[in-house]
Amino acid sequence: MPSLPDVMIPEVADLARRAASGQTADPHLEDVALKPAFFDWLCRMGDSTLILGHRLSEWCGHGPVLEEDIALANTALDFIGQTQLWLGLAAEVEAQGRSADDLAFLRDAMKFRNVKLVELPNGDIGQTLMRGFLFDAWHFEMLTALGNSTSPRVAEIAAKAVKEVSYHLERSSDLVVRLGDGTEQSHERMQAALDYLWPYTGEMFAGDAIDRAVTEAGIAPDPAALLPLWQRTVTEVLAEATLQVPDRRFDAQHGGKQGRHTEHLGYILAQMQFLQRAYPGASW
Amino acid sequence: MTPTDAQIWDWLAEVPDPEIPVISVTDLGIVRDLRWEGDTLVVAVTPTYSGCPATAVIDLAIETHLQARGVVRVRLERRLSPPWTTDWLTEAGRAKLTAYGIAPPVDGTAPDGRSGRAARLAGGSNLVIACPRCGSAQTERVSQFGSTPCKAAWRCRDCLEPFDYFKCH
Repeated sequence: MPSLPDVMIPEVADLARRAASGQTADPHLEDVALKPAFFDWLCRMGDSTLILGHRLSEWCGHGPVLEEDIALANTALDFIGQTQLWLGLAAEVEAQGRSADDLAFLRDAMKFRNVKLVELPNGDIGQTLMRGFLFDAWHFEMLTALGNSTSPRVAEIAAKAVKEVSYHLERSSDLVVRLGDGTEQSHERMQAALDYLWPYTGEMFAGDAIDRAVTEAGIAPDPAALLPLWQRTVTEVLAEATLQVPDRRFDAQHGGKQGRHTEHLGYILAQMQFLQRAYPGASW
Repeated sequence: MTPTDAQIWDWLAEVPDPEIPVISVTDLGIVRDLRWEGDTLVVAVTPTYSGCPATAVIDLAIETHLQARGVVRVRLERRLSPPWTTDWLTEAGRAKLTAYGIAPPVDGTAPDGRSGRAARLAGGSNLVIACPRCGSAQTERVSQFGSTPCKAAWRCRDCLEPFDYFKCH
């Protein structure tokens, strides 16, 4: 089997840039008044997949079994691929000469727009899988709704990504059931993970002025409209997993979408951005 | 002299997938369109998985191969819509996968964004994937993911060999 050529060599990077030009026409990209909100909203989509993808990649070489290690790395790869599409479009909307890489590697924590849920530490494998499930259940409904976006560019990214994400949701649902309804120890760990993560889930459904602007433009659904769909999936899977829905507020934690993060994000960025910060423009 | 579209498609059929070199980019169904813009040949290619690391390499291989065949100006265009599905794999490609030891996807079962779990709960049945080595239908899934994003790990309960399944997408 031939080994893969280095994808960071300039010709390949240049080819990818040129291939991404000449895309489907989208009137929203010309709407100057909408630009700031559209850009921010695209960063919310892309930053959440970027940070969760990075978190999952931390398991590479550390998975409890080989199959899980490979599955987590492949899922991370899907998220990073989706990030390239979302942040690539964000860069086009912004039209300030920045690329998806610039947005990923050269923004500071306060400029990141991901929900806090995805930046929390991995914890044990149970916590990682539970977080994945809670996110996937939202991600699947969000992308399904975005398939009807009035922005053709957003709709085509969503149609592509939802196929990958339906697979993520299938896998994470199955594992939550297996571990929740598993041994005494696995059940306890899954319940502890759910209790810990629960207050962070509400942020996915909380709207603000940015959401209102893109909702009014028909680009994205009202985040609150996804809540009943998410609750249906979560309630059903948790019941099958013999886990208790925590008896506490699910919307206590906010701020990630507005750039107010936990201290964990800084550590992620320190690792992820070090090379580009220390050696600007470096490639290998 | 400008080559015909049929000639270009033949040349594209010579470009192997970098991860599974027995099948070509046309077997995979990822070349969506050819058109000329003046003296530039525009080749529209759709990615398989959005994060597949082979995508950029495939673009480079297509450009290099067509230039070696005498098409001086080639431009690759990324086309996301409609999203790639394994239903686009050619019959020849499926046969080559089986001969290579990879079970091809079962036609028409690509999830198309619908959760497989939801489909199963609604009464859908489990897939039967034939072992590419001995043909037995007595197989079971080991893991939803295999050596690349497009494959899952399976094993045969008759010949006991593990194998890759090119999963439906």
